[in-house]
Amino acid sequence: MSESVGHANGHKVQTLESVVIRFAGDSGDGMQVTGDRFTAESAVFGNDLATLPNFPAEIRAPAGTLPGVSAFQVQIAAYDILTPGDEPNVLVAMNPAALRTNVGDLAKGGTLIVNSDAFDDRSLEKAGYDSNPLADGTLAGYRIYEIPMTSLTLKACEPTGAKPRDAERSKNFFALGILSWLYNRPTDTTLDWIGARYGAKPLVVEANTLAFRAGYNFGETAELFDSSYKVPASELGPGEYTNITGNTALAWGLVAAAQLAGLTLFLGAYPITPASDLLHELAKQRHFGIVTFQAEDEIAGAGAALGASFGGALGVTTTSGPGIDLMSETIGLAVSLELPLVVVDVQRGGPSTGLPTKPEQSDLLLAMFGRHGEAPVPVVAPRTPGDCFAAAIEAARIALKYRTPVFLLSDGYLANGSEPWQVPDVASLPAIAVEFATSPNHADPDGTASFWPYVRDPATLARPWAVPGTPGLEHRVGGIEKADGSGNVSYDPDNHEKMTHLRAEKVAGIAADIPVVEVDDPDGAELLVLGWGSTYGAATAAVKRIRAREMSVAQAHLRHLNPMPPNLGELLGRYRRVLIPENNLGQLATLIRARYLVDAVTLSGLRGRPFRIGEIERAIADLLTVAAPEETGR
Amino acid sequence: MTDTAAATSRKDWVSDQEVRWCPGCGDYSILAAMQLLLPELGAKRENTVFVSGIGCAARFPYYMNTYGMHSIHGRAPAIATGLALARPDLDVWVISGDGDALSIGGNHLIHALRRNVNFTILMFNNEIYGLTKGQFSPTSEVGKVTKSSPFGSLDTPFNPLSVALGAEASFVARTHDLDRKHIMEVFRRAYEHEGSAFVEIYQNCNVFNDGAFEKVSGKDVRAEMLIPLEHGRPIRFGSEGEHGIALRSDGTLEIVEVAAVGEDALLVHDETRENPGLAFQLSRIARGPYEPTPIGVFRDVSRPHYGALLEAQTAGISSKKGTGDLAALLRSGTTWTVS
Repeated sequence: MSESVGHANGHKVQTLESVVIRFAGDSGDGMQVTGDRFTAESAVFGNDLATLPNFPAEIRAPAGTLPGVSAFQVQIAAYDILTPGDEPNVLVAMNPAALRTNVGDLAKGGTLIVNSDAFDDRSLEKAGYDSNPLADGTLAGYRIYEIPMTSLTLKACEPTGAKPRDAERSKNFFALGILSWLYNRPTDTTLDWIGARYGAKPLVVEANTLAFRAGYNFGETAELFDSSYKVPASELGPGEYTNITGNTALAWGLVAAAQLAGLTLFLGAYPITPASDLLHELAKQRHFGIVTFQAEDEIAGAGAALGASFGGALGVTTTSGPGIDLMSETIGLAVSLELPLVVVDVQRGGPSTGLPTKPEQSDLLLAMFGRHGEAPVPVVAPRTPGDCFAAAIEAARIALKYRTPVFLLSDGYLANGSEPWQVPDVASLPAIAVEFATSPNHADPDGTASFWPYVRDPATLARPWAVPGTPGLEHRVGGIEKADGSGNVSYDPDNHEKMTHLRAEKVAGIAADIPVVEVDDPDGAELLVLGWGSTYGAATAAVKRIRAREMSVAQAHLRHLNPMPPNLGELLGRYRRVLIPENNLGQLATLIRARYLVDAVTLSGLRGRPFRIGEIERAIADLLTVAAPEETGR
Repeated sequence: MTDTAAATSRKDWVSDQEVRWCPGCGDYSILAAMQLLLPELGAKRENTVFVSGIGCAARFPYYMNTYGMHSIHGRAPAIATGLALARPDLDVWVISGDGDALSIGGNHLIHALRRNVNFTILMFNNEIYGLTKGQFSPTSEVGKVTKSSPFGSLDTPFNPLSVALGAEASFVARTHDLDRKHIMEVFRRAYEHEGSAFVEIYQNCNVFNDGAFEKVSGKDVRAEMLIPLEHGRPIRFGSEGEHGIALRSDGTLEIVEVAAVGEDALLVHDETRENPGLAFQLSRIARGPYEPTPIGVFRDVSRPHYGALLEAQTAGISSKKGTGDLAALLRSGTTWTVS
């Protein structure tokens, strides 16, 4: 990482191409805020970056305990990076529990900055340490900086007159100050932010400001660090950027989709981690004509959204896996009614309550098949936090054009992770054409014009969307099988078979309306790495590393999981081996094997965190060094 | 809701679908009452939507020549909530039964009522599961012998009106399937109410629970067993109006003989009482449809409905923030430019 050395203000300044920093502390220590602020400073400075918050499901686990540790990892770089980094180069540990749960990830020879005030006997015992790791030599091999952050914060805050108990809470800003000096970050954004965030509490503004400045000055004057570091701005393409999390991008994508379609956005939702921020964000944007309805449960959230769609709105529901379980019946009804509905699943570890705050990709088969009967639903997945914006628009486009529920599969990593995102030009976003039925489409035997709700568009197989309030198009829809065309209740066996095929063909036909999947294969590889969703960053970085080792590997990544891109079968046929890294037991691989009879190899990751680049790199290298199975003429 | 609609007649509201309820089912008279009432109200077919769940009653939308949705068991209030909020211009009716509304859909019912969503919920109560062929329902009496309770059911039933009142309903009424005029009057009142209106309809299932309400609504006993509630009038019943309801000194209600206590001692019915306590007591004066049972409007209070609150709040936000600007939203965080 280290590239060059310079001097500024009498200090040695080393230039790094990238660095991975993890802030770890107790849930009450404000580590998410600290990480978030460091990220904001770096974004404004112009680095490329990627973040990985990691927090417990409990709001406040007992202070100082291992389950109470909350962490935030950020990679900043002078070049285009794709992940928050495999292992931190720097670990900031605010207490022994944070040290114990995180030090195993720290890179060999990495920098460890600890709040030495927190390493008292009681805290050490709570973290399960028999002896003080700062003193017993177990941390040899790391560069350790012991800084009494609590007492220095208290001292810095003395002029405010705040009680020590309150002043101590500013120690995260002291830590942020140290890191801001160490990495030569701009400080204005943080100072402005403190003023805006805590403006109603002048004492808190003052304490946090003093602590932040004290930390910064400590770095500069304590002569503890032999050098500070610079990570130059990244060469992002020209344009306007903002740092964005997946949840924010997804919410904004839904706002954009409704505008592009000229429809009211109706969100029916019930709070659930890690999807609640979608509800929070959209609830703030009511002046866009958005209705956000916090329902009594996920059944009602999805139901209300479907009811709104029946009325001509863009119905959306946002949830995580357990909510999808409850919504299955409503999604099935939407399949039968053939009405638009965007179902956002921000996936988390399962089964059952599982790992509420940790990402997983284990709802793919749920999205594909988690309903009774033959109930096909299109599935779309974003690949990065910023990509959630475009993916949301795409999900809405398909839902509206084909009158179908659509799954949008995000996950906890995309949801809370962030990256610089090039703000799109609103005028360049393609409109979503929506036409409501306005006139009869059928002639009764006696010649009377009437409206049949299940007459299909021959190209899309979508049925007309006739909304209440339209005279002459009164009709009834329902979950009972309908006669092709008239939509009347029908138990006729031939009709049911026909309708089942029609619904399946409608969804399958979307393949003609989505982009082909591109393969990145510069030198004719034999192995293809195929991914979907949030594995994109780690997989792409792993592929780069393999190529840097002068081995050949191809890569493709799926946005559309159902239907799959029209050229996928042909593409898969070009490779002798296919590796699919997934944060599940092999759900995409199951689909690929079933559809294309390809003997795909699964790399499974179920550790409640995204893949590390090294994990995928190793799997690729292993496959490249093991002989491929004999060609059997598949 | 309704303006100068072209006059319609019953046949305009009848769909082309064959009605498939059992011959003799109480649902027929409710359907007829609705098809007669809507022309009287001057309602517009295109602005009328019936949303139902699952059960015998839930087939109702198929028979109305309006917009309609036959949805999922118990979920009609939730689905109709989304429709009513997205489209405040529509007349939305929810059609439900005792199993649909009080068993599988109990949660949605109470939440719709407390929010005061602007729609009317009609609950056809036959005290039995009809479509699944005769199991006890959440309104069946204790000890009900059915296929699923051959030794008698153990479950204490719900009192639907007590549930609705407990759920903060702003309009609560009861009617029965043997009195078309009364149904039409109660439905009219429900239609005119702004906010959630909950109507329980005693409905006979002549196949699986025949005669469940005979003891109160049978033609020959009706005068003695049904207590008509009329706003602003003393509550009295009996063929000569000889019985009445009075308030005891301990605050509970009792049935009295008018001759013994005098008319001034009778409770004067007030639908608009803010406190639902007396309405709640009225809802429980009969322990079941075998004791004198009040019918009519129990409660009709004015409170802003959810859609109106939503609209007002949205207007307030928009006047403060202006109409949403997407380009500005995308730049609402810190931005920087790379040239």
